[in-house]
Amino acid sequence: MELRKSYFADVRKDDLHEIGQPRPRSDSPGHVTGRTAYFADRNFPGMLHLKMVRSPHHHARIRSIDTSEAEKHPGVIKVLTAKDVPHNVYTILILIQVGPEDETVLADGKVRWKGEAVVAVLAETERAAQEAAAKVKVDYEVLPAVFDMEEALKPGAPIVNEYHGQNYYLYDSGACRKVRFGDVEAGFAQADHVLEQSYQSSPIEHAPTETTGCVVAPEGNDRFTCHTNTQAMFFTLDNTSIILQMPGSKLHFVGGTVGGGFGGKVDVIVEPIAILGAKLTGRPVCFIYSREEEMQISSPRAAEKVVIKDGVMKDGRIVARKVTGYTDAGAYSRHSPYGAQKGAGHYPGPYTVPNVWIDTYCVYTNRTPSSAMRGFGVTIGDFALEVQMDKLARLIGMDPLEFRFINAYRDGDMKAHRQPTEGAALIECMQEAARVANWPVAEKYMAMSSYKNGA
Amino acid sequence: MAKVPVQFTLNGSEKAEFIDSGTTLLNALRDKIGDTSPKGGCHQGTCGACSVIIDGELRLSCLMLAETCNGATITTTSGLAVGGVLHPLQRAFLDTFATQCGFCTPGMIMAAKVLLDHTPNPSREDVVEALSGNICRCTGYEPIIRAVLAAARANPQNAA
Amino acid sequence: MAIRRGRGVAAINYPTGMNLGGDPTQALVHSTPTGNFMVTLSSVDLGQGMKQIMAQICAETIGVPTDRVVVDTADTDTGPHCMGTFASRGTHRAGNAVIQAAREARQVMLEVAAEELEVNASDLETDGQGNILVKGAPQKSISIFDVALSAHFKRGRSISGRGMFLIPRSYPEKETGAMKPSTCYAHACTVAEVEVDDETGEVTVLTVKNVFEIGRALNPKMVEQQLVGGSWMGISHALYETTEPYYPNRDHGGTDFNQYLMPGPGDLAETEIIVLERPSADGPYGAKGPGEMCANPQMPAVANAVFDAVGVRIDTLPITPERILRALKAQAN
Ligand code: FES
Ligand code: FES
Repeated sequence: MELRKSYFADVRKDDLHEIGQPRPRSDSPGHVTGRTAYFADRNFPGMLHLKMVRSPHHHARIRSIDTSEAEKHPGVIKVLTAKDVPHNVYTILILIQVGPEDETVLADGKVRWKGEAVVAVLAETERAAQEAAAKVKVDYEVLPAVFDMEEALKPGAPIVNEYHGQNYYLYDSGACRKVRFGDVEAGFAQADHVLEQSYQSSPIEHAPTETTGCVVAPEGNDRFTCHTNTQAMFFTLDNTSIILQMPGSKLHFVGGTVGGGFGGKVDVIVEPIAILGAKLTGRPVCFIYSREEEMQISSPRAAEKVVIKDGVMKDGRIVARKVTGYTDAGAYSRHSPYGAQKGAGHYPGPYTVPNVWIDTYCVYTNRTPSSAMRGFGVTIGDFALEVQMDKLARLIGMDPLEFRFINAYRDGDMKAHRQPTEGAALIECMQEAARVANWPVAEKYMAMSSYKNGA
Repeated sequence: MAKVPVQFTLNGSEKAEFIDSGTTLLNALRDKIGDTSPKGGCHQGTCGACSVIIDGELRLSCLMLAETCNGATITTTSGLAVGGVLHPLQRAFLDTFATQCGFCTPGMIMAAKVLLDHTPNPSREDVVEALSGNICRCTGYEPIIRAVLAAARANPQNAA
Repeated sequence: MAIRRGRGVAAINYPTGMNLGGDPTQALVHSTPTGNFMVTLSSVDLGQGMKQIMAQICAETIGVPTDRVVVDTADTDTGPHCMGTFASRGTHRAGNAVIQAAREARQVMLEVAAEELEVNASDLETDGQGNILVKGAPQKSISIFDVALSAHFKRGRSISGRGMFLIPRSYPEKETGAMKPSTCYAHACTVAEVEVDDETGEVTVLTVKNVFEIGRALNPKMVEQQLVGGSWMGISHALYETTEPYYPNRDHGGTDFNQYLMPGPGDLAETEIIVLERPSADGPYGAKGPGEMCANPQMPAVANAVFDAVGVRIDTLPITPERILRALKAQAN
């Protein structure tokens, strides 16, 4: 890696002592000696293992659940179903007033995705828990499922999640988060070329080497210590407090040393049920996702569909951009309504476009609920935007990098969401990229600047 | 469940335990003996985080039954530093910033140690081959490859 | 049938911190009796090195070497609230909270030193080595060790500080979408060079040249870790990764590291990383969040390079050999 100090030297003071220094990481000696304590390295005598019975169906009504055989299995201490969870229907963003509550800790009457948690088994050993889980009998009536976002949005599609009532998240702005800036239709009318293209991604797993989990120990005084690899301590604590209807003062969360997160450990999934297990049995409990659960049960990055329609002039100016984004939330909201609207604030990308129209939808389907991941709400949008930029450049016979210089945002430019651009540096990044990659770019672009009155 | 005795040498000291028959070496080391340096990233033989050295060979401890290790000599990452002095691989991982979350690190160091024990002066290809059973999600591998090469270079026997 | 080369470019920006703000983080700082400093937080280190960076920020602000600072984090019984580690917010939000707390502690430290040296606190400065000096008369000095002892045992002062950082929440206007998603943005531009085998559809990324603008590289080696790992993940997303290979069909999802594909140590692109620093107005020492955006530009850059190589557009991620071969076949017809 190289730091190119020549850029922005006029707005930066390099007079610091500790900042900017490649000091050794204080945690690294623990890592190389195997001494770093991750949550799963805590072991408590008498610890129980929690295993989930999961739905084999994408969408089904639960007619009945019979746990009697499982309860008799040697080593089984407790079997939990929906009725054991004090506040079973929840949603994590309720803490910042983004509702409605739409997800169950343990399925109650219905399952909405293949893999959904239905019954929790707590046993002396992992093996006993696994064997007993296989003995839980659930009688399902399979219902029609919907997997495709376009199908889900059609009238008459099976309703994925009754707590929403329709297969999209209802924002205060309606079925989608909207941005309206200028007059996009007038922009298309004025454009030399109009190009509409559609982009698609598939769900992506965070795949941290350490799977999601927690180890809970009763403190003996009605408090519970939860060793967890959550990415957000109080967010998890406060949601657990709601789900278990337990004062937050009874909960003690310890973590902060995590084997990779990438956004995959911000859902509140394992902690509430493990703490409930510890409370109802009086024993320490561990609930750690298997690799298979991490791959298929933990929330992935949402699949997205992004449709971009652009109006472009022969001289390279983009005069209108319309973006319609669809985020596949799966069966439950988790963080997806937030991610979808983050896209609305991100388009039309780091370019100054006078006429912009953005609609972003959060759509429900019968698949593993998606949630946050590195680049949440933006990563797939950037893929779409930047492939579109390449197509536009070729459409008008212009070099793709020069085309970006023409449209790049600079300080003071008004963005579509009506914030003036500050601290821009796209132009300089492109200039340096042109240099290191020997990508020929006309001198006038190499002389540009992101500053307000920059050339 | 039937308990079976296991006895082996771990990082130079004798260990003897009664364990449930069928317990993996990984779980026996972590839960019974208290050496948590091998990590369970998958318990299915696909990540390498649980790597240990048994009688000089690299092994995935999640795929071995502890009871098959009777009499074996086992080395784990927690046993590499002698008298508080880090092994050259540990030193190199530190100095070259080859750890991020650190969860893959003990397994990586085990794999690298077996390589350097057999091939003190490896090529880059040798290192790549040796690490190819270990998953890292944070580093992009390049820093780890460089750390292993740096450790090899630090070996005085390799002085050109 | 041939191996064809192409290259592609992509440029992006990325917001720092939780979308629309409203995501507070607090920090507490106090000195021990011998002048070491404790930073108490509830922020989570995911492996990116939060603890180390917070120590450096605290050390810089107080004016001591980093090894005099210990970070105690992620225990809800002791650490004040943090919204969490996500949305590239850790360094920015917690860093600002630590600066505020450390400034307050520094002020008390300077006041105690001023009493000991019988000067005004405003006439004092730190040397970054653990001493407090009178400006312009550096022979007149006192060690922070002695200042902390005096504060604790003689003067009854608590060298400590509280920090809180909150960007007020923005609520999008319903009809126009007017809103403030973020206060600062990181930037990147990537040029990727690929080889595509038009017989097998296989893509090899030969080189990626990434330029990242991240405000300030607080610890350049750790920034490099993030950027190299992120660039790898971006390529991995571009070509390999998905839990549902035939989305929206639910079948064939991988359940382990053999089926869920990612490039291994033998599949690495030659990676170049250049960092620019335009300090952000509200970042700790100008820093922005680099952790997420560094994995974004490789995807479109690789897609554009594939087009440059074989003349087909793959607009669906991941760009698998199957998709390339189908597109080539469609193009031939
Ligand atoms: S835990 Fe043994 S290979 Fe993953
Ligand atoms: S450092 Fe996190 S998995 Fe390798």
